[in-house]
Amino acid sequence: MVWITLNNKIIKYAFLKSLPVLAGYIVLGIGFGILLRSAGYGVLWALAMSALIYAGSMQYVGVGLLAGGASVIETILTTLMVNARHLFYSISMVDSYRDAGKYKPYLIFALTDETYSLLCDGNVPEECSAEEYWFLVSFFNQCYWVTGCVAGNILGSALPFSTAGIEFSMTALFISSFTEQWLTHKDHIPACTGLFSAFLCLVVFGSEHFLIPSMLLITFILTLLRKKEEARSE
Amino acid sequence: MNEAILVFLMAFVTILLRALPFLVFRGQTPKYIAYLGEVLPAAIIGMLVVYCLKDVRIASAPFGIPGLVAAVCVVGLQIWKRNSLISILGGTFVYMLMIQSRFLVSGL
Repeated sequence: MVWITLNNKIIKYAFLKSLPVLAGYIVLGIGFGILLRSAGYGVLWALAMSALIYAGSMQYVGVGLLAGGASVIETILTTLMVNARHLFYSISMVDSYRDAGKYKPYLIFALTDETYSLLCDGNVPEECSAEEYWFLVSFFNQCYWVTGCVAGNILGSALPFSTAGIEFSMTALFISSFTEQWLTHKDHIPACTGLFSAFLCLVVFGSEHFLIPSMLLITFILTLLRKKEEARSE
Repeated sequence: MNEAILVFLMAFVTILLRALPFLVFRGQTPKYIAYLGEVLPAAIIGMLVVYCLKDVRIASAPFGIPGLVAAVCVVGLQIWKRNSLISILGGTFVYMLMIQSRFLVSGL
C-alpha cells in the first residue's frame, strides 16, 4: 500500500495545506448532493458522480443534463465547454508533474480548480517528496468533495445550523493564492494580465460564458509578451 | 441505464481534457509550454478571482459590501501573516458574520 511509505509529517503538512478546501468542498458538495436529490437521484449517483467526474461546476450542470434527458452529443459538447479550462491547468503542470511516477495518473485526474490553486505555486515542504505531497493534497481534497456530495444527498436540506456565506471560503482561497503569488513574484505582468483579461471578457461575454474567452485572451497576451517576459526572468 | 452512460461520458471527457496536454507533451517539454507553465498560474489565479466575484450585485443591498470587506480582510491577513489558512478562515468568518446579520441585508 501507498500509505505505508508515507510518513506522518508529510501527511500532516498536506492535510494542513488542504484545510482551506475542506470547508469549501463540503459546502459546495452538500449543495450538489441536495440538487441531485431534488432531481430524483439517490446516494449511489452522488457517489459515482463525485468519484468519477470530480469537477464541481460540471456536476452541477450534469444534474440538468441527467434530469433533462440530454443526448450523448449534447453531453459531450457541454462537458467540453464547461471543462475546457482544465486544458490550461494541465498545460501549466506538464513540467511539474513530469516525473511524478506512479502518482501521475491520479494527479492528472484530480486536478480541479482548487487543487490547482493549492499546488501551482510549486512550493513543496522541505524534506518531503513532491509527488507524495501533491498526491496527498489531491486525495484529501477529493475525500472532502465526495463526503460533501454524499452527505448532501442523504441529509437533504435538514442541516442544523446556518451555513449561509460559507461558500466564500472558495473565493477566499483564490484571493489568498493570488495575494501570495503577488508577494513572492517580482514580475506582476502575468497576474495583471489574468485580472484584466477576465474582467474584459466578463464585461463583453457575460458571467456565463467568459472563462474560455478569458483563457484564450490570457494565452494570447502572454504569448505576445514572451520575449519580454523571458528577458525579465533571466 | 441511459443516465449511467451520460455520467460515464462526463467523466471520460473531463479526464480527457485533464490528460490531453500530458499526452501531447510527453517528451521534452517544448520551450513555449515551459514558458506558459511559468506565467499561466498567476494569470489563471487572477482569472479565478474575477470568476468568484462575477455574481456580486453592486446595484442592490447589500451592494457587494460583505464580499468587498471580506476580500480586503483576506488580502490584509495574507500580507500580515503569510498563512493562507488564517487568511481564508478569517475572511470567511467576516463574510458569514456580515451575510447572516439582518442589519446588513435589510438595513443599508
